[in-house]
Amino acid sequence: MLEVIFRRSLQAIGVVLALSFVSFVGVYKIGDPVQLLAHEAASETEIEAAAARLGLDRPFHEQYLTYIARLASADFGTSFVSSRPVIDVIMERLPATIELTLVAFLLSVALGIPLGILAGLYPERFLGRSIMSVSILGFSLPNFWFGMMLILVLSVELGVLPSIGRGETDQLGSVSSALFTRDGWAHLIMPGLMLSLASISLIIRLVSAGMREVLLLDYIKFARLKGLHEGRVVLLHALKNVMIPVVTVLGLELGSLLAGSIVTETVFAYPGIGKLLIDSINNLDRPVIVAYLTLIVVFFVIINLVVDLLYTLLDPRARRTID
Amino acid sequence: MTASIGSEPLVSSARSQFWRDFQRSPAAVAGLVLTIVLGLTAFLAPLIAPQNPYDLTAIDFMDGELPPGATGGLGQVFWLGTDAQGRDLVSALLYGLRASFMVALSAGTLALVVGTALGLFAAYARGIVETLVMRLVEIQLSFPAILIALMLLAVFGRGIDKTIIALMLVQWAFYARTVRGAAIAERSREYVQAARLLGLPTRRILFQHLLPNVMPPILVVASVQLASAVTLEATLSFLGLGLPLTEPSLGLLIANGFDYLLSGQYWISLFPGLLLLVTVFSINLVADRLREMVNPRLRR
Repeated sequence: MLEVIFRRSLQAIGVVLALSFVSFVGVYKIGDPVQLLAHEAASETEIEAAAARLGLDRPFHEQYLTYIARLASADFGTSFVSSRPVIDVIMERLPATIELTLVAFLLSVALGIPLGILAGLYPERFLGRSIMSVSILGFSLPNFWFGMMLILVLSVELGVLPSIGRGETDQLGSVSSALFTRDGWAHLIMPGLMLSLASISLIIRLVSAGMREVLLLDYIKFARLKGLHEGRVVLLHALKNVMIPVVTVLGLELGSLLAGSIVTETVFAYPGIGKLLIDSINNLDRPVIVAYLTLIVVFFVIINLVVDLLYTLLDPRARRTID
Repeated sequence: MTASIGSEPLVSSARSQFWRDFQRSPAAVAGLVLTIVLGLTAFLAPLIAPQNPYDLTAIDFMDGELPPGATGGLGQVFWLGTDAQGRDLVSALLYGLRASFMVALSAGTLALVVGTALGLFAAYARGIVETLVMRLVEIQLSFPAILIALMLLAVFGRGIDKTIIALMLVQWAFYARTVRGAAIAERSREYVQAARLLGLPTRRILFQHLLPNVMPPILVVASVQLASAVTLEATLSFLGLGLPLTEPSLGLLIANGFDYLLSGQYWISLFPGLLLLVTVFSINLVADRLREMVNPRLRR
């Protein structure tokens, strides 16, 4: 087991390094930020001075090595646009995104699993069919449009929820979060719903398909023959097996939600790191883009690593096949 | 992730069996019919649309922001209203659907060809080629499609060709993974062994013997990925990274309407969104049925 962890971690580091290189090259090619930042009347010398100040006049490999060396000490450089350290800009926005992702994640679990069980138990009945139709609909709904329609109905027409931004925050101990205020939640309901919709649909399908497969297996028939209570058979014996792939997918969904927050935050003008990324792409703010990419790659690699190991722990069959 | 159907290649009787099986779900048939109708409508947009929404001489700025059913300056009726520039929304929708379909189909076809070829080759050649291809697939699939597409387009810049390439680069991996899995399951079958023993050239074994037998799972992936490509392109265009403003797809139409949504002009973004929803939903209905048919574990 320890050896597996070690080897997987090495692979993970390799992936991070490779992808950080790819993202640096990519962003390097995006365009010349100096042209964008300098005001129109800037002279040739002014532009050159700006390029020198940002380190953009040096050859590519030098820029990359500087970047890696800085990265090792968690220094992502300075934002071209706001002239503040990138790490500060990101950290300031991160809590908002974490809150949004968390709310969406909880919604996926709280709605996806029970609905999936129901749909799996009664696939031929009206209830099961309705749940499955809703889940296909959830998959098909263009996410960003769903968010806009939420705004149209709940904010513009009914005026019950605020349409944009993050709510007030409150301090609880040393943590400051919008999750501690009513206003904060009011601002999170619509974005949370929009972000979690695809995820809820996916969990419903997964749980229901798993249920349908597992319920046909002999050990379930046996449990029923033993005269066990149906609720116990379903919620304990069947669900246990169904949950193995679901836990894996839930872990991976955390990553999808984070990526999805880019779109959600754009729709709701929500000040998280997703909106920051889109703004930075539009402003050619290279250091911020590269930092965002590096962080998200690290995050994904960690999630995948953990999910992989978790899967091995949960499923005894997988433990044997791993070498 | 392997699914194999019957051991014979798909001959015509198997094909009609497949079709009969498919028809058992009325929803899926409805989805298929709707998909075809929408596809034809999109293809024929220039013939059907009341006006060419991108011909500046055909639109009148004075007709801007008219609600659905309003009459324009020339007495023409705008059934779904107009946008801020005075474009007939029906026409804009038809052209938008066309752009959406065109991008999704081109990207999907390219991804299918590249992914299937690499997947087949990986399964057959094994060794270093397989390791390289599959490692790349694995890494790529561990990131959400939207994230990869977004980054690619941030680097490439806007454009139809660039969007198609980005979507292709995102989707090929899904085909490669599925095809390799199915091909590995098929490879040990007698007919492949026999073909090998007969000394048939590799290319022939791959494309004439293996390929027809891995078609069902490919079909599933293709239907799922087509729906996903339409949504992805719309999302990217909405974020301002996909198609250029001169060639608006449904996503871009929705984005354009976003600014007017808050002031109550709902129709500019409502109708493109509905059309997008119906399109993706129809394709997903088909995809869903195909997946059910190909999954042997659900067969009783």
